[in-house]
Amino acid sequence: MSALTPGFRGHRRTESDRVPPGQYLVEDFPVLSAGPTPSVATDGWTFTVVNETGERTVWDWTEFNRLPHESPTVDIHCVTRWSKLDTSWRGVSVDTLLADVETAADFAVIHSFDGYTTNVPLQDILDGQAWVATGYDGSPLTAEHGGPARFLVPHLYFWKSAKWVSGITLHDEDEPGFWERAGYHDYGDPWLEQRYQSGW
Amino acid sequence: MNDHVDGNMLAGALWQVFRPDITTAEGRCATCGMTGPVASLHVYTAAPGTVARCAGCQQVTLQLVQSANSMWLSTAGLSYLRFPNQLR
Repeated sequence: MSALTPGFRGHRRTESDRVPPGQYLVEDFPVLSAGPTPSVATDGWTFTVVNETGERTVWDWTEFNRLPHESPTVDIHCVTRWSKLDTSWRGVSVDTLLADVETAADFAVIHSFDGYTTNVPLQDILDGQAWVATGYDGSPLTAEHGGPARFLVPHLYFWKSAKWVSGITLHDEDEPGFWERAGYHDYGDPWLEQRYQSGW
Repeated sequence: MNDHVDGNMLAGALWQVFRPDITTAEGRCATCGMTGPVASLHVYTAAPGTVARCAGCQQVTLQLVQSANSMWLSTAGLSYLRFPNQLR
């Protein structure tokens, strides 16, 4: 009996291990939008965190760009069934944005300049799991992909990564967002195919 | 006193509402009050669901989400849909 199995390559993760059930891989970057692309200028742009007692923390574009930035490379999974591997972003970790915010909240709502909202448990956007991204693939983030800044929480379906992001509000109770109120799943784990509201 | 009846009472009236061509119904935007046929809404389909926006103020009037087994229709952005009364 051979001591080695021919063709065995150990436990290196293959591409197929990185594609959740019901998804297919794309090389391009599809643009999805529930409305006209807003023109959000960096002049007058602000990012606002509001905790559950109403205390506000606000950064303008200049202040935001002085914050420490990270360069995550992540896989993203859209509920419309495309996945894209190894996407490269530049942005500020939510850990940095919430570092000085006093909160005992359990939930967050991500807000966009066009009125879009999406909800996430607060624990899902801490500990290096989420960013506010201003760069993609080495360039400033374009408007069609959510520029000047979009949310990025890649372990959930990509509708949770709100484009044209304007801020985060923190809440004691879960508050479903734009798609979650309209039939999509409250949490949206791509590995569990949590596309629609439970039971449907 | 029990002064209500159950939802089966709606069957006759709502049969009229959901039978005609919905695109000819008149909708009123809950945000700006503009009225017009459903066919005049601005519809975006490159999204996880279909989104219809008011032609006047661009606020969302209607959302439609479809799975293999179900459809969800939200008309939260409309204050009404007006249909011709076909029983007259």
